[in-house]
Amino acid sequence: MCFSLGTRPVPDATGLELTAQELREADPGSILATDYHRDRATLIADPAHVQPVLEHLHAKGYTFLASLHGCDYYPEEPRLGVLYELLDMYNVDRITVKARLYSGTPRIASVVGLFPGADFPEREVYDMFGVVFDGHPDLRRILMPEDYQGFPQRRDFPTGGEPVLFTYNEENSYGKWQ
Amino acid sequence: MAVTLTEDYRKREESITLAQETVHADEGEGPSRELLTLNIGPHHPSTHGVLRLLATLEGEVVRDIKPIVGYVHTGIEKTAEDKAYWKVIPVVERMDYVSYYFNAMAFCGAVEELLGVEVPPRAQYLRVIHLELNRIASHLVWLGTSALDLGAISPFWYCFRERETILDLFEFSSGQRMHTRYFQVGGVMEDIPRGFAEKVSAFVKGMPARADQYADLLEKNQIVLQRLHGTAPLDEQTLLGLGVTGPLLRATGNPWDLRKAAPYCSYDHFDFKIPVGTAGDNYDRYRVRHAELYESVKIIEQALAGLPEGPHITPDRKVSLPPRHELATSMEALIHHFKLVTEGFRVPPGEAYYPIEGPRGELGCFVRADGSAKPARVHMRDPSFVNLQALAPMVKDGYIADLIATLAMLDPILGGIDR
Repeated sequence: MCFSLGTRPVPDATGLELTAQELREADPGSILATDYHRDRATLIADPAHVQPVLEHLHAKGYTFLASLHGCDYYPEEPRLGVLYELLDMYNVDRITVKARLYSGTPRIASVVGLFPGADFPEREVYDMFGVVFDGHPDLRRILMPEDYQGFPQRRDFPTGGEPVLFTYNEENSYGKWQ
Repeated sequence: MAVTLTEDYRKREESITLAQETVHADEGEGPSRELLTLNIGPHHPSTHGVLRLLATLEGEVVRDIKPIVGYVHTGIEKTAEDKAYWKVIPVVERMDYVSYYFNAMAFCGAVEELLGVEVPPRAQYLRVIHLELNRIASHLVWLGTSALDLGAISPFWYCFRERETILDLFEFSSGQRMHTRYFQVGGVMEDIPRGFAEKVSAFVKGMPARADQYADLLEKNQIVLQRLHGTAPLDEQTLLGLGVTGPLLRATGNPWDLRKAAPYCSYDHFDFKIPVGTAGDNYDRYRVRHAELYESVKIIEQALAGLPEGPHITPDRKVSLPPRHELATSMEALIHHFKLVTEGFRVPPGEAYYPIEGPRGELGCFVRADGSAKPARVHMRDPSFVNLQALAPMVKDGYIADLIATLAMLDPILGGIDR
């Protein structure tokens, strides 16, 4: 009996390179780098090419978008990351596509057309990191209030410091109730 | 300033497009064609928490629905970035507050993967026992409250009676009834106390008969059957496109379950089945979850019978606290204890995504480590959040009464959605 942490099936390092090569041949400049670390296969894609890359992987069998999330690599630049965790349910295989964006005007193409389930996660990444998804049908804040300013999951966004609303400070506080 | 902000808020609130399908202009706007926007929630007993739904109705028919979430957003992912790894466990447990062991498992799994720590067999089995007890408790909360939404009060009391027993078991093993912080990176906090295995055995022995009783209460009730049979079906491909997993997907006949597909935590040692449905309607969703109660019982029985001997947490002193008695005799143990309690352990830089099968579907935890003792990013891919997207296609062009039943069968936990 083997007591392993669990077998996390991902393509091996060679398989990842082959996939990257295939994508580069289909669309030169789409894959900037690959990363294979502790059984996690990551394709680092050019944000401008992320949609064709995902389409190619979708056609290859990675038809299920398990998760889409943002990550802030502050103080590195390009600072923001959008990660797509793809899953091939037939071969039980996972691959990650990562696109790094500059923090000035982070824009990336929406993949809602390809994966309808990306709707809420893209709204969450917009809400928390300020990444604008071009072509998203309804890009609004989802977890924070509509009139909230700032993107709270960014690493340089401070925790705390939001004043509690009392009668004495209601005039110069956020969100006075009429 | 405050005034403008509030006005702005009203404007934005009004800017939400209520319906994609507007009134059919060519057919006129008679009383039968008029659309009504109805706000349901956020404080409504059948929304299973603080979920707000903007429903666009044409008579009794739902033409469009917009879920509005975020009312219990507490910024747990942000809070986690300010805490040492082992102090993150209590906060992530509070995300999906009904299935807290699963949140802890996903987070610990991701950190263990980054550290490369081996979890001892006994700890893996103890985790399985607690995870499956938690799955039963979570399904019981779902079953009781869903029956309540359908107008049946009695099943609620019976379900919560068994859930109470499970919470007592959790209290016995960890000292807490909910949010137990029992799972630690590298294993579990403590070995189970003497008598725990017997109590769990007694519980799982009685549980199948209890589950039969719930079925008798519900499945011989014509009102329940009429409200569930054939309502709000959604096909497998649409669900997959929307990222839906768990019992909702299995109700359409797709036996996707990570415990079988990509076994973690020794799940491959146990013999159990994956219940699936056929039609993918509300009745199948109910049946799949109900059948899972029996399968969880089977897993717990096998894990108790085959519980290996050995340590309950990794002996790696850089990650787990040394036993109390060592502190009196070993200087090194004292140093390790001090380092772990003050700073915590450092995790080498890297990223990990650790998916497990929660009671509602794939629960994945993404952790990015930057080499310090605090995570640089913790993200939970919560199944409730993703599955909620399937609500609109499910209930569209159905009756509003079916909406309540469908929401109940969707089983969203708002703590997990809003985090």
